Amino acid sequence: MAVLRDDVKPIRSGEDVVLVRRIVREWSIEAGFSLVDQTKLVTAASELARNALQHGGGGSVRMELLNDGPRRGIRLEFADEGPGIADLERAMQDGFSTGGGLGLGLGGARRLTEEFHVDSTPGQGTRVRIARWR
Amino acid sequence: MDRIPILKMGNCLLVTIQVDMHDELASALQEDLTQRVSESGARGVLIDISALEVVDSFIGRMLANIAALSRIMDARTVVVGMRPAVAITLVELGLALPGVRTALDVERGMNLIADHAAGNGTHGRPAG
Repeated sequence: MAVLRDDVKPIRSGEDVVLVRRIVREWSIEAGFSLVDQTKLVTAASELARNALQHGGGGSVRMELLNDGPRRGIRLEFADEGPGIADLERAMQDGFSTGGGLGLGLGGARRLTEEFHVDSTPGQGTRVRIARWR
Repeated sequence: MDRIPILKMGNCLLVTIQVDMHDELASALQEDLTQRVSESGARGVLIDISALEVVDSFIGRMLANIAALSRIMDARTVVVGMRPAVAITLVELGLALPGVRTALDVERGMNLIADHAAGNGTHGRPAG
């Protein structure tokens, strides 16, 4: 599997979340995703970027445009150094929220992507990795 | 901070969202609209989202909040022009926009608001 392009962007403000959405859209078009698949990945990215901002106190996203044989894909890894997630199973459930939101962020992002992985250590932070393939 | 403009036409408030909103801008729109409904006594709020390429849980919640707040103040909110890819994504995300009335285009949305202003609430249907 080859990495065609990669980039890291900070997530420190609402404007940064908008910028992440824009870049993920551009890369999704470049990867040849259908309009629905573009929209799903951009929406998942928006949820996770907001999580990093609201729950993690800010963080960053590493973005990779991938080539695997005939497939093209995009992998995104959101990282923050916030309080972490004490109960991952509960955090994945719809409606569970500690941030005053709808609690759809993690579960929603999982449903909108094909690969989903969370690593969280209480007191040290959270990493969420997602990917979608054409 | 930038604001999304709110136009008044008759007894209806019109909003066309043409930029990718960050969360603060979406929150400001919710506050501004609630204020304007209260001041103007508008019977309807029409929100055109045909330019929006993404509606995530935050913007979805904003739309639901506007609908709930305006209902309390006897105004009907209609969201028009949702793109098909956005609708598919919203449902998969788990957001059915409960209580938000939707219409395919501005004309149908205005008809729903006119029905409400005329005291006839039988047409149209809530999204959730």
